Amino acid sequence: MSDDYEPQSAVAKWIDKRLPIITLFSGHLMQFPTPKNLNYWWTFGGILTFCLITQIITGLVLAMHYIADANLAFASVEHIMRDVNYGWLLRYIHANGASMFFIAVYLHMARSLFYGSYKEPRELIWIIGVFIFLLMIATAFMGYVLPWGQMSFWGATVITNLFSAVPFFGEAITNWLWGDYSVSGALLTRFFTLHYLMPFLIFGLVILHIWALHVPGNNNPEGIDVVKGQDTVPFHPHYVVKDVLALVVFMIVFAGFVFFSPNILGHSDNYIQANPLQTPEHIVPEWYFLPFYAILRAIPDKLGGVIAMVSAIAILAFIPWLDTSKVRSSKYRPLYRQFYWLLIVDFILLGYLGSQSATGIYLILGRLATLYYFLHFILVMPLIGFIEKPKPLPKSISEPVLTKEEQLTKSGQMA
Amino acid sequence: MIKRLSILLLLLAHTVSMSFVFASEEMHVPMQPDWSFQGPLGKFDRAELQRGYQVYTEVCSSCHSMDLVSYRNLVQEGGPEFSEKQAKAMAAMFEVEAGPDADGEMFMRPAILSDKFVSPWKNEQEGRISNGGAYPPDLSVMVKARSGGADYVYSLLLGYEDEVPEGIILDDGVYYNVYAKNQRIAMPQVIYEDGVEYTDGTAATEVQMAKDVTAFLAWSAEPKLEERKRIGFKVIVYLIILSFLLYFTNKRIWRDTSH
Repeated sequence: MSDDYEPQSAVAKWIDKRLPIITLFSGHLMQFPTPKNLNYWWTFGGILTFCLITQIITGLVLAMHYIADANLAFASVEHIMRDVNYGWLLRYIHANGASMFFIAVYLHMARSLFYGSYKEPRELIWIIGVFIFLLMIATAFMGYVLPWGQMSFWGATVITNLFSAVPFFGEAITNWLWGDYSVSGALLTRFFTLHYLMPFLIFGLVILHIWALHVPGNNNPEGIDVVKGQDTVPFHPHYVVKDVLALVVFMIVFAGFVFFSPNILGHSDNYIQANPLQTPEHIVPEWYFLPFYAILRAIPDKLGGVIAMVSAIAILAFIPWLDTSKVRSSKYRPLYRQFYWLLIVDFILLGYLGSQSATGIYLILGRLATLYYFLHFILVMPLIGFIEKPKPLPKSISEPVLTKEEQLTKSGQMA
Repeated sequence: MIKRLSILLLLLAHTVSMSFVFASEEMHVPMQPDWSFQGPLGKFDRAELQRGYQVYTEVCSSCHSMDLVSYRNLVQEGGPEFSEKQAKAMAAMFEVEAGPDADGEMFMRPAILSDKFVSPWKNEQEGRISNGGAYPPDLSVMVKARSGGADYVYSLLLGYEDEVPEGIILDDGVYYNVYAKNQRIAMPQVIYEDGVEYTDGTAATEVQMAKDVTAFLAWSAEPKLEERKRIGFKVIVYLIILSFLLYFTNKRIWRDTSH
């Protein structure tokens, strides 16, 4: 693929001989052979790259005006909203951008799960992805602390307190994290520093993620390997344009939030300046953490809850080996497909329960949903691989397409 | 099958839990007046904001600060849009501490456009001790800091009733308000008919005053609302047109590929 490129101009030749970067980009962003049957669920990779870059650019400008000081942070955010040119736009893009980022990443992960994109030979792509997700969680959590509103402060208090569940060293670790004996300005400055650093670590992992992807190439909705050139199209223009189309539609939704209901995904308490002496009635995390928050609260023991929550994310890294089926795409897995949808519903249910107080019926449902979440990966996934009789797979990516076309021609002839 | 069953279960769980929520809810659903600034194309009503400023200054500002708003904001586009002359005169009615002067002394001078709204209190402690321990919160972003937003603030201002229902026992310095949490609030009723004399001649009914001042607070919480909606409209139209163009481009590119 990359061999096809020959630099034309003298400048391009000079550069490419010394640093074959033009050949690299040409090979990976232009000619890269991509299965021709990818559907729109495959556009979220590009959308996520856009989200990351948007967050980094808006974040950079916000950091020029933001002051990481417990007494000034809240007012500096309002200064951005009121006095900085288009500061309100930057902040609303950045704040809603985090939500959009998580919508996209959840859909991206759901797609991988459905089509078995984590299976041999793509295990490392998936595992790198889990680490990206983990870093995203940390980054988003620290970012939410920065405006130093009531939810910022008390969210930080709840989450950092989880470290005190560590046996023996809990208190020491927590005080070390805080840099103080409670959540204070010391935590704010270190969170700001880390919030600034982590997106660049994510960026690095994204490069590894794409690199690892470009070794075996894309999986596809049929879940079968590419067998001949007829099965693929060059990435440009076919997928560049398709990805940009999906991105623009995504941006319409994004803009809808930013311009017409910028605060709907946030909590009104975060427009109250942090007050260490006044605990809000309900401390709720941002919506994208709610499923994990529900898992945390489902366990009646603090340490147990923390272990469950961490395991809920860590277990994802083992999926390539927990799934024993050789068939990638759930299109051809009639039994597993049912449980897949059950998991999706379970996850949404967990999210809903995370937003409610953990009492009565919510707590019972929360425990059941948590139980299924883990059973799905530990029990259902490995077992179904052995029990299930998958549907027959097509011989190649082109085959199901051709048959459909042949059917069309036939029906055409009949008419 | 399992898919349908689980969706059914989810719906059931939702219905059951929602009924619990309403049973345990201790707050009344706020009134919902028509706000000129609601909806995707809504704008502030200048006259309403100007009257609202008058209510804030003559009624609310004796207890509540607005630390994040400056007098110059009163002139800015998308706000009450007082003339610069008017705003300067309004600012000059307040005094701020400045200095130190050449002798090292602090002195008082009339406020100017670049000053923030002058607080009724020297500090939080003074505000607290003057109000039986309950500090009257800053109102700059109040409308965004309460769930229910403008509807809630408006309802709260009008939610006072003389008849306290049985079973509600009020401590000293606590008042009955239908819309407050647990129907109790530390702020007394402040909106009374003819509590201000509007310069534009509008009749100062309780409803009018509550609506005007709430609109003013909605503006102070979101001073760029009009600019945001204006730009947003253009952005969305642009993106929709772009998505159509891309849709047809994409279709054409894939024309010769069977997939």
